[in-house]
Amino acid sequence: MRYKFLTAALAVTAALNFAGPASATDLEVTHWWTSGGEAAAVAELAKAFDATGNHWVDGAIAGSGGTARPIMISRITGGDPMGATQFNHGRQAEELVQAGLMRDLTDIATKDKWTEVVRPKSLLDSCTIDGKIYCVPVNIHSWQWLWLSNEAFQKAGVPLPKDWNEYVAAAPALEKAGIIPLAVGGQPWQASGAFDVLMAAVGGTDTFLKVYKDKDAKFAGGPEVAKVFKAADDARKMAKNTNVQDWNQATNLVITGKAGGQIMGDWAQGEFQVAGKTAGKDYTCLPGLGLNEVIATGGDAFYFPLLKDEAKSKAQGVLAETLLDPKTQVAFNLKKGSLPVRGDVDLNAANDCMKKGLAILAKGAVMPWTDQLLSQDTQKQKEDLFSEFFAKPDMSLEEAQKRFADIIASAD
Amino acid sequence: MSSSQRPSKLFRNLNAKVASIPMILTALVVFVGGTAWTVLYSFTNSKLLPRLHFVGLDQYHRLWSTSRWLVSIENLLIYGAISLVFSLVIGFLLAALLDQKIRFEDTFRTIFLYPFALSFIVTGLVWQWLLNPDFGIQRVVRDLGWTSFSFDPLYNSSIVIYGISIAALWQGTGLIMCLMLAGLRGIDEDIWKAARVDGIPMWKTYLFIVIPMMRPVFITTLVIIAAGIVKVYDLVVAQTSGGPGIASEVPAKYVYDYMFFAQNLGQGFAASTMMLLSVVIVIVPWAYLEFGGRKRG
Repeated sequence: MRYKFLTAALAVTAALNFAGPASATDLEVTHWWTSGGEAAAVAELAKAFDATGNHWVDGAIAGSGGTARPIMISRITGGDPMGATQFNHGRQAEELVQAGLMRDLTDIATKDKWTEVVRPKSLLDSCTIDGKIYCVPVNIHSWQWLWLSNEAFQKAGVPLPKDWNEYVAAAPALEKAGIIPLAVGGQPWQASGAFDVLMAAVGGTDTFLKVYKDKDAKFAGGPEVAKVFKAADDARKMAKNTNVQDWNQATNLVITGKAGGQIMGDWAQGEFQVAGKTAGKDYTCLPGLGLNEVIATGGDAFYFPLLKDEAKSKAQGVLAETLLDPKTQVAFNLKKGSLPVRGDVDLNAANDCMKKGLAILAKGAVMPWTDQLLSQDTQKQKEDLFSEFFAKPDMSLEEAQKRFADIIASAD
Repeated sequence: MSSSQRPSKLFRNLNAKVASIPMILTALVVFVGGTAWTVLYSFTNSKLLPRLHFVGLDQYHRLWSTSRWLVSIENLLIYGAISLVFSLVIGFLLAALLDQKIRFEDTFRTIFLYPFALSFIVTGLVWQWLLNPDFGIQRVVRDLGWTSFSFDPLYNSSIVIYGISIAALWQGTGLIMCLMLAGLRGIDEDIWKAARVDGIPMWKTYLFIVIPMMRPVFITTLVIIAAGIVKVYDLVVAQTSGGPGIASEVPAKYVYDYMFFAQNLGQGFAASTMMLLSVVIVIVPWAYLEFGGRKRG
């Protein structure tokens, strides 16, 4: 009798547990947004998700994407998947999808008509593998920005440059005033990204696509690309006194006027914002380095690993819808300094620089970025090459370009 | 009948054999099995996930034509030579000095051994600050008045590997000293007395009598140092993360970066197989001399 009573009691408690607020599910979300501006932006996502009655368990991994991605991937392949995870959409999660470890979101996408609201269309294409949609793009980030410190140029007594060439010409004056002309942090991806930006700006969109999309090694070793290496050499000389590692430390040099400028994606804008600086007054931005006003449609997206737990799978669906919600999009992107993935949201609060970006986007002047075109393997080889190039002033341009062409020849 | 039969050799010391089964299995499955698996997959073009699609020696061709790998090997050789020579010499000297029946020997021993209690990551960070030109030694000396003083090994591509070696020596010599001291204490007092009676100077006694007697200790020490050299990784990550550029890269970091950052398992496996091969090349002749010789004697 006693046992029966116990079992009954247990059954009741168990039933009570299940009957509780079924919608309040904990969902762990991993990402690498840890700098001041980024953390403020991700808090907006968490707030919106918590408002749906679920609970956002923050799994921030410090140390930028290069450090975070291996951890995320090994958790997914090792059988301990999180509820959702950030990747740069494109080819970073390609093999995980092919191995069937990621959840297919096509049903939610058709229900909410993502194909109609997400713009530009290439964003959703990057999430699509074999006709199925596997990720939710949350923002558009483009690398092709030059951030200039108005204060630094004032101090050096030279007018603010309008494009890359004027900037290079102003470098000696900056140096004389004790200012580092160009800040490039020591993390390998920064040197490699800066080179890609120069390729798109100095070389032009066609050159960029011919090298990275068509992977034409002969062209990559030719005179058109040699011009880009010449520009990279200028950048190398201008950056030689930067003694910082992280990108936000390099941005901080620009914010405090210790450096003249930085080539960095629009995520740097969040840092200016957190520091209380105003676009146009304290700092100036030049999309496409002022030479080629096209922006790349790279960015961040959330992927959802396939889970067995039904409650969690349901919460994943809710999160996917929340991320694309117009209100979340505005709140998140204003803090992050990136552009929203929906064309139908109101961004009156956007600042000077974001408006420049939105205008370019409205004109349809977009191009794909290396995250979408190249595998991680090729990206890493490029990073090795350019971090060596920027740190070694005696590495000749011919040698660097030859090695670059070799990488493109074996690229996939 | 059964009592007249000698028990099978297999069942002698049965308890001990049963007890060691878990470790034998671990060694076979994890070490030998894992190694064989890695070598096998180094001949494939596995990317993010392991795949059995063989491409022959392609990964090795690519490895040996990558400048980052060549720089890594060169760095490992320099780092290895420095830590081998200096930690043996400094460790032995410290031990010999402590062996002079000095006062406060315990205190000194503790001080010298203390760095070993820190992980490589902490050691690396401490030395990163000490060697940073803006906060560390250079700044202190300049503030004292010598304004042209320059000491920034971690920011100079041509000497960065020496800067890393300094931290490694600081961390590791204490342990070597303790091993050496134990060896010295194992030498019979009578040998010292006999040497003194014969009028042999102390340095000669150390060099020609004591050191040859300490051979087993030296071999243990050598194995410990050598293992530390090949696997050096965290110290570099904490101090320079391979920089400036690729000037302080090491093989273990190449393996990790290509396996996880570049999502190219095949390339990482090929590099780790090369690391294994280098260890084998060192170990096999030594084991042959050490164990092969004993049977003859």
